[in-house]
Amino acid sequence: MTNTAVRGVRWAGRARGLAVRLWTVPVVVAVWEVAARAVESVYFPPPSAILARLRELWFSGPPARLFLSDAAIADFVPSLGHLFGGWALACLGGIALGVAIGRSRTLAGYVDPLIEFGRAIPPPTLIPLFIVLFKADTRMQLATIVYGVIWPVLVNSVDGARYVDRLHIETARVFGLSRAERLVMVILPAAAPKIFAGLRLSLSLALILMVVAELVGSATSGIGYELIYTQQNFDLPGMWGTIAVLGVLGFLLNSSFLVVERRTLSWHRRAGRKG
Amino acid sequence: MLDVVNLTHTYGSGPDAHRALGGIDLKVSEGELVCVVGPSGCGKSTLLRSIAGLVRPTGGEVRVKGRPVSGTPDDLAVVFQDYSRSLFPWLSVRDNVALPLRRRGLDRAARRAAAAEALAAVSLESAAAKYPWQLSGGMQQRVAIARALAYRPSLLLMDEPFGSVDAQTREDLEDLVLAVRGHHRMTIVLITHDIDESVYVGDRVVVLTRAPAVVAADLRVDLPGPRDQIATRELPAFVHLRAEVSRLVRGRPEFGPEEFNTVPPHTTTSPLVKTPSHLTKE
Repeated sequence: MTNTAVRGVRWAGRARGLAVRLWTVPVVVAVWEVAARAVESVYFPPPSAILARLRELWFSGPPARLFLSDAAIADFVPSLGHLFGGWALACLGGIALGVAIGRSRTLAGYVDPLIEFGRAIPPPTLIPLFIVLFKADTRMQLATIVYGVIWPVLVNSVDGARYVDRLHIETARVFGLSRAERLVMVILPAAAPKIFAGLRLSLSLALILMVVAELVGSATSGIGYELIYTQQNFDLPGMWGTIAVLGVLGFLLNSSFLVVERRTLSWHRRAGRKG
Repeated sequence: MLDVVNLTHTYGSGPDAHRALGGIDLKVSEGELVCVVGPSGCGKSTLLRSIAGLVRPTGGEVRVKGRPVSGTPDDLAVVFQDYSRSLFPWLSVRDNVALPLRRRGLDRAARRAAAAEALAAVSLESAAAKYPWQLSGGMQQRVAIARALAYRPSLLLMDEPFGSVDAQTREDLEDLVLAVRGHHRMTIVLITHDIDESVYVGDRVVVLTRAPAVVAADLRVDLPGPRDQIATRELPAFVHLRAEVSRLVRGRPEFGPEEFNTVPPHTTTSPLVKTPSHLTKE
């Protein structure tokens, strides 16, 4: 069999697997549609109405822009900007600080109790403080996300860096790798499986906190703002639509992250399966 | 090449302190292959780690090429027993071998070429693109040896390098070490608990006492080369020497080191009967 044929068969297999896993989705949507039409409750509009409202709200743009309307861009760009910006800041800070703490017993002794206390504070409780500090603008939303999502990255990075195999470090020292090389070539890869677990957790937390910050702040755009706005205007199909968009967004974020993680850590997955 | 002067090391302090090394003196000249044997837990590894600069000894001095060791010496490579933890699982075999060469100031192409050459020396050129965990234990240890070879150290330390592989692989690896040493003219210090192995591969066998370890005996191995797994091991001189090392390791030195050096090469032990070392009777 040629390579292309093999690939074709594999794709067919994958498509079949996907179909087997996803068949419940249209069934549930259909049942929901029928039930909602039968009940005729304003609180539970049928999916068709939700989709129609969504289209009107966000997806009536030109095909070249993936059907995104101006309103969608005005809402999605700031929301996703806060989400990714806050997440990226938390990742950089969490990894840098975590690796430093993991590699230094002295530093760990000083900051361990602080970390335990800091991560015990539920992130939304700090929103009033951030509002006072940052006047409820972008900085307040970023601060909420960064503070909320840094902990999983930090704690996992500490753990990963602390338990790097001693023999890995000694091998690197014997062969004369500098401190910087040891960090980049040995400590970070060895800690990567743990770090990635933290990154994934914090990505889903970032989405939650993005919405929370937009709900309580005085935002004038954003997906969370749209959620509260549609609710206050009794636009229930719009509210349901926003919820659905957030669900799809979370699903896409997690799936894309998994793809990156699989690629980066393929050695770890395959070595683990073997031994 | 290597001078160890009155080396002492104590782990911990107070009543729990463990004196691992009690004053070791050892000289290894350029091109020699010296095996260090001793009872388990006697401090062999501590000695090796002190030479490698991984442990700061509490007393005495280690000099490599006349310079006192502080930190890990430039010109030194180590092959550890635990190859699976010493090789980096996130790097391919080729990259594992090439990694230390960054310090040699080679560019990427030169590093790859040197890695390929070293892998060829251990007959693993076909495994270059694989990952270490895709290889058998013996092959992984060959990768570790290739990594050390590519580094071209003037001093190679081996810490029970063949302790975790099966008997057949072990013999192959012993011969591999003898072969590459012939090509590269390295000085090698090999730590082992296997008495047969120490006599088979060594130019000298240094026997350590129980902890706190001192040198109990320093024996010259006068066996004809090239060595052969079967022929060498049936030589009366081999059998005799192995028995001697065996007695010394168990701490019942009937012969003092000086006295031993004058013992005639032929003894009553039959060259045809290979007595298991634990049955050797004085």
